[in-house]
Amino acid sequence: MSDTKLDRDVLKDIYTRTMKVAQTDEKFRSLLTQGKVAVMYYPVRGQELVSGAMMAALDADDYVVCTYRGQGEQTAKGVPADLWWAECIGKATGTCKGKGGPMHITHPDSGVMVTTGVVGSGIPIANGLAMASQNNGDGRVTVTSFGDGAANIGAFHEAMNMAQLYKLPVVFLCQNNRYGEHTAYADHTDSPTIAERAAGYGMKGVRVDGNNVEEMWAAAKEAVDRARAGEGPTLIEAMCYRMMGHFFGADFSYMPEEHLAEMQAEDPLPKLRQVMLDHQFTEEELDAIVAEIDAEIDAAVEKALEAPFPDADELRKDVFEEEIAA
Amino acid sequence: MSGQITMTEGLNQALDEAMAADDGVFCLGEDVSAKQGGGVFKITAGLTEKYGENRVRATPISETAIMGAAVGAAIAGQRPVAEIMLMNFVGVCMDQIVNHAAKLRFMSGGQTNVPLVIRTTTGVGVGFGGQHSDMLEAWFAHVAGIKVVTPSNAADAKGLLRASIDCNDPVLFIENILCYGLQSDDPGKDYRVPLGKAAIAREGTDVSLITYGRTVLDALGIAEELDKEGISVEVVDLRTIAPYDEETVLASVRKTGRAVTLHEAVKPFGTGAEISANIHEKLFNELRAPVQRVGGAFSAVPFVAALEQAWIPTKDEIVGAIKAAMDWKQ
Ligand SMILES: Cc1ncc(C[n+]2csc(CCOP(=O)(O)OP(=O)(O)O)c2C)c(N)n1
Repeated sequence: MSDTKLDRDVLKDIYTRTMKVAQTDEKFRSLLTQGKVAVMYYPVRGQELVSGAMMAALDADDYVVCTYRGQGEQTAKGVPADLWWAECIGKATGTCKGKGGPMHITHPDSGVMVTTGVVGSGIPIANGLAMASQNNGDGRVTVTSFGDGAANIGAFHEAMNMAQLYKLPVVFLCQNNRYGEHTAYADHTDSPTIAERAAGYGMKGVRVDGNNVEEMWAAAKEAVDRARAGEGPTLIEAMCYRMMGHFFGADFSYMPEEHLAEMQAEDPLPKLRQVMLDHQFTEEELDAIVAEIDAEIDAAVEKALEAPFPDADELRKDVFEEEIAA
Repeated sequence: MSGQITMTEGLNQALDEAMAADDGVFCLGEDVSAKQGGGVFKITAGLTEKYGENRVRATPISETAIMGAAVGAAIAGQRPVAEIMLMNFVGVCMDQIVNHAAKLRFMSGGQTNVPLVIRTTTGVGVGFGGQHSDMLEAWFAHVAGIKVVTPSNAADAKGLLRASIDCNDPVLFIENILCYGLQSDDPGKDYRVPLGKAAIAREGTDVSLITYGRTVLDALGIAEELDKEGISVEVVDLRTIAPYDEETVLASVRKTGRAVTLHEAVKPFGTGAEISANIHEKLFNELRAPVQRVGGAFSAVPFVAALEQAWIPTKDEIVGAIKAAMDWKQ
């Protein structure tokens, strides 16, 4: 049995990570609106707590594989703001020297090993990271995050079966935000839940309210503890809601207004703040945490905007270990 | 070194020696462990007994999961050798190879790399038909970030596989079924053939026949015969198809003034087209004839032997291309 108690330290950690995600998201959307940056951004508004709680359950050297909508995992896992922002706008000072971009953030020092733009393709790669940990006994856990749409890709099914077969130390985090691009869950999947699919592989599957910090934390912590103890993988289906279009600026008229309003009432951020207050955190303490995050983000953005773009000779580097001829 | 080894033995020894030397090297693929008899072609025979089932992982029939796991383990610092039973099945895991294995070093700005070897087997002439015989090296040679290697003899097989496992980039390692029984002098322990270096399999002065894999054998046989007719053929065995040893190829063609490319893969859009174009770009004024190309027929590989033998570049076609180059009038 793992200890899934939500004490004040854990809550503060989750809150800090979650607000990092929320403030980064807000800043990105504001920069796009002002025209200060012009890149593709996949908002995580409505999904902040899922990443905040999941990443809080990991150790610093645990691994993460995420998707284009991975801002939450990346910032909550600890990719430094300076490097993250520079990469998102393609600067030489970014995590990947501007060669990855927001859809391919990699930062092994924080454990963020792969960010992929091909739906579902990170799931089998997470197995490999976990396999390496199992082979060399380093005790690390790998979390891979993906959407509800990804659960219909062949890679998902192959990877679930393989992970359970070998009892790999991996956690499959499905963020069910109810949409895959423009297609609603009910229009792409007839099984009532993704979590129940785990049973088909002999795996443990749980569906939780990803807007509820107690539930989300308990599921995350238990899955990570199980993986670390060698008890095998868990499929977590975290119910949340994509409060915006697929990418920033995209049309989302296909999302019924009543449902949006209903889901806004479930917004994880005010709910989390209330839980914090219930646990005797003061308004001032919470505001101070956010102010500190904001200051860090503002400084990082400023630096990133001023940083140089990569040189053209970067095209010849990192194709292979040896530089290729001009 | 005394004695002979087959290509099967050479490949098995390369794996064994690499696994003994580095705990991070492990094999995965369908049927590879002792329980299933050490692989369909026995390349991994005996390894489970020595290194255990974590390092010789028999997998489900899940090419995407195999390749994804190999990519993930590689970026975590291990050196997986993933087996895709037959080359046609790489289509099943193309995303993992092309979008991930080949690109992660670049897209991460060099923070991660994928020291992965993908071993696969194929070849025309075994009667396996359309979905088990294709040479698809050009697909991968077209992708920046993955190396493509194929041996034509047992010693090279051992040395190239060992070098591929050492390599810090992904390598697609193609084995031809019809070559498994070929014998070479045993090159001994810890033998390596550097990647990216071609071999002059036979020296000649009139025409360069540039090839790799099983067709090197055809090339050598034909060169021997043409020698009697007074045509001196230099056979270049690329060994590494991508990136290929341009320097050796151009030096050979500079010497002979004529070139023929030869491969088992279909001729249109093949690696022969790339090599031919490059020779024309760089040596146009030194050529005594346009570069000729020989490749497989542009159809699926047929089942029945009569058709299958006609599908493979035939002796007549190869000799015809060499003579066309020899007889070319400016
Ligand atoms: C293999 C593949 N097919 C299609 C796409 C185009 N595409 C990008 S995101 C997306 C929707 C994915 O939905 P989901 O997995 O639920 O993730 P979410 O965007 O909701 O986080 C699609 C279809 C893609 N990137 N990869």
